[in-house]
Amino acid sequence: MFDFLDGYDLLGAFWVTVKLTVFSALGSLIWGTLLAGMRVSPVPLMRGFATAYVNVVRNIPLTVIIMFASLGLYSTLGIALGSTDIKGINFRLAVLAFVVYTASFVCEAIRSGINTVPVGQAEAARALGLSFTQVLRLIVLPQAFRSVVNPLSNVLIALTKNTTVASAIGVAEASYLMKEMIENEAQLLLISGVFALGFVILTLPTGLILGWVAKKVAVKR
Amino acid sequence: MSSVLYDTQGPRAKRRNILYTVLFVLAAAAVVWWVYDGLAEKHQLDWVKWKPFFAGTQAWETFIWPGFQNTIKAAFFALIIALPLGALFGIGRLSDHRWVRVPGGVVVEFFRAIPVLLLMIIANQAYSEYTDLDPDTRLLYAVVTGLVLYNASVLAEIVRAGILTLPRGQTDAAKAIGMRKGQTMVFVLLPQAVTAMLPAIVSQLVVIVKDTALGGAVLSFPELLASVRPMSANYGSNTIACFTIVALVYLALNFALTSFASWLERRLRRGKKSTGAVVGTGPGGELETIGAPSLNMDDGTAA
Amino acid sequence: MQLRKVTAASAAVLALALAATACGSDDKDDSASGGGKKITIGIKIDQPGIGLKTPDGKYTGFDVDVATYVAKELGYDAKNIEFKETKSQDRETAISRGDVKFIVASYSINDERLKKVDFAGPYLLAHQDILVRADDDSIKKPEDLNNKKLCSVTGSTSAQNIHDTLAPKADLQEYGGYSECLTGLENKAVDALTTDDSILAGYASQDVNKGKFKLAGFKMTNENYGIGLKKGDADLKKKINDALTKMVSDGSWQKAVDANFGPAGYKNEKAPKIGNVVK
Repeated sequence: MFDFLDGYDLLGAFWVTVKLTVFSALGSLIWGTLLAGMRVSPVPLMRGFATAYVNVVRNIPLTVIIMFASLGLYSTLGIALGSTDIKGINFRLAVLAFVVYTASFVCEAIRSGINTVPVGQAEAARALGLSFTQVLRLIVLPQAFRSVVNPLSNVLIALTKNTTVASAIGVAEASYLMKEMIENEAQLLLISGVFALGFVILTLPTGLILGWVAKKVAVKR
Repeated sequence: MSSVLYDTQGPRAKRRNILYTVLFVLAAAAVVWWVYDGLAEKHQLDWVKWKPFFAGTQAWETFIWPGFQNTIKAAFFALIIALPLGALFGIGRLSDHRWVRVPGGVVVEFFRAIPVLLLMIIANQAYSEYTDLDPDTRLLYAVVTGLVLYNASVLAEIVRAGILTLPRGQTDAAKAIGMRKGQTMVFVLLPQAVTAMLPAIVSQLVVIVKDTALGGAVLSFPELLASVRPMSANYGSNTIACFTIVALVYLALNFALTSFASWLERRLRRGKKSTGAVVGTGPGGELETIGAPSLNMDDGTAA
Repeated sequence: MQLRKVTAASAAVLALALAATACGSDDKDDSASGGGKKITIGIKIDQPGIGLKTPDGKYTGFDVDVATYVAKELGYDAKNIEFKETKSQDRETAISRGDVKFIVASYSINDERLKKVDFAGPYLLAHQDILVRADDDSIKKPEDLNNKKLCSVTGSTSAQNIHDTLAPKADLQEYGGYSECLTGLENKAVDALTTDDSILAGYASQDVNKGKFKLAGFKMTNENYGIGLKKGDADLKKKINDALTKMVSDGSWQKAVDANFGPAGYKNEKAPKIGNVVK
């Protein structure tokens, strides 16, 4: 019944999806946190930059961003991100595009988390003489992160699904393989089912585990 | 913005901030210059590549406007089909009956877990194998089907959140005057919830508009993004210029929608007559929950 | 009151969207433009030199010239021709459904397709070739593509052919369209672009591209471009074949080739004999 899988590297394709997700998640968590820091920072210009960044990036389709990464950064400006073969270059460009896009959502999630931290916490920290970065790093962000596990897990799930866009620049992830299989093989329903199941397997545990984590670490107030 | 995160700035802090500002400007300028220089060196900023968009309107009329119409068309159909479906499932998930609640939940969670891109590819293939649609209609149907399946499940969550944001008193009062469950839903909860959901729905439209681009990129549905293909073929493969212009059109459209959504939200929050319950929006379609404890919403989904 | 304003504003936005949608669909009105029977012909709209929609809304290219000539011979005025885009994967469907009378869209005759449609012609013999930068002399034979970056469009078999047989170490880049490949080629992100030489010649012949690219002249495959039509329509097939024969004999064929591919230094094959499919 599953002989239609012969000659196709299903696990390999999903492995690329997983790798895209993991690297992009780490990158966007870092860049998104920095952006959130800028959005609440005392330097007006940085606040303005972060706000503009979020508003612009969120209103442009991810597909356009990934085309810019490939055609603009690599083809025109020659940024190969330290790789020499096209497979490696495209993978890294895709990760970069996902980081650029997803970071804006991470930034908004963290900012909403910062808003949940009671004013008294920050006031007490300032009364102790902590600087802005210290207040953020030692007092506010640790609490903010605990309250945004749920929104962040949704961002992560969305990112997992978004990695399918990488096929637009020829990264051979799951959707790329599915399109190829669907066009060459007859079992439309089976193939769709297998790939749909693959994504359910990738996203469902993420939601459940992080949902449990969210409950564990939630700040009881 | 005087924040609780930092003190009112003294002379030293002010000097430091000016220093940071200058450094930031320098860094930004360096990046901008590097990009500009790189593009100019590779002749991507040559006037001949950009001229079609600024000298004359033909490029807009022949390529961009028809693409824009298809984007709006697909997004619009997706929204009006997904809304009633979403409402149905959203209300279903709030049902007192397990046999309604559970299947509703399973369907919603299933379609939220699958990338829109996959749904579109599958729908396209299914239509081409099992129906006799003409190819243009088939692509529109495939794109709309993918968008509807995903967005109906997101809208179901918005509807559920919208109903849950309403104060309990509304249900209690309805019960007190002897309304049945159906009546309570139709005459009391839904009308108020619809108002509360409006900003979130408009924001979801931004997500839908962004997702139509997937149909253009992968299925060659002739929407805005796909208009780059015949356009760049005419103007000597000026892909960078074409994508930039198209990105700006998306940005303008979505920015207008986002601003409209936040305007709606502000009005509703200020309102005195309603219960003040609102399913909020962030810039670009993020959903926050105000008052709904169990809302579990996607962020930034594009596929 | 503010509730009503909000509702009204939402309604206005929806109405605007509806209006934008509605005015997009009124271009099917063909009853007004008087006289003559209409014909719908399938072409490509994004391939310069072959079939291209130009900014003034008209169509140009070799396939378009052939289609116009054939239509004229069948008794259709140029102004009564409606061109319709037929994407590669939709060509058989469009013919069997009758959406188009026939298709002239860089459509190679092969056994797989002959099962579903009939072909008149062939009207052009093309070959798979590669396009390189004009100043790049490092690729003299297909084997030189090893360790080079080779671009093609997603789902096309041409790059895969090279990779599987001639140059296994070629590095493949795939994009949705040829234009993206050309941007990469121009900026040295890729070294070669592969597909049929007619399509490549069309790109290289464009004014803005003149002098930038050249064809390598590898004849890696034979692509016999035919005119696709409904299976079993022998009458139409004969009429189209007669039209093609006439087009070659009265010199219009060569004129069309020169006009569309000439500037690229593309050495076209002689006009193929009708029914003579070169394997």
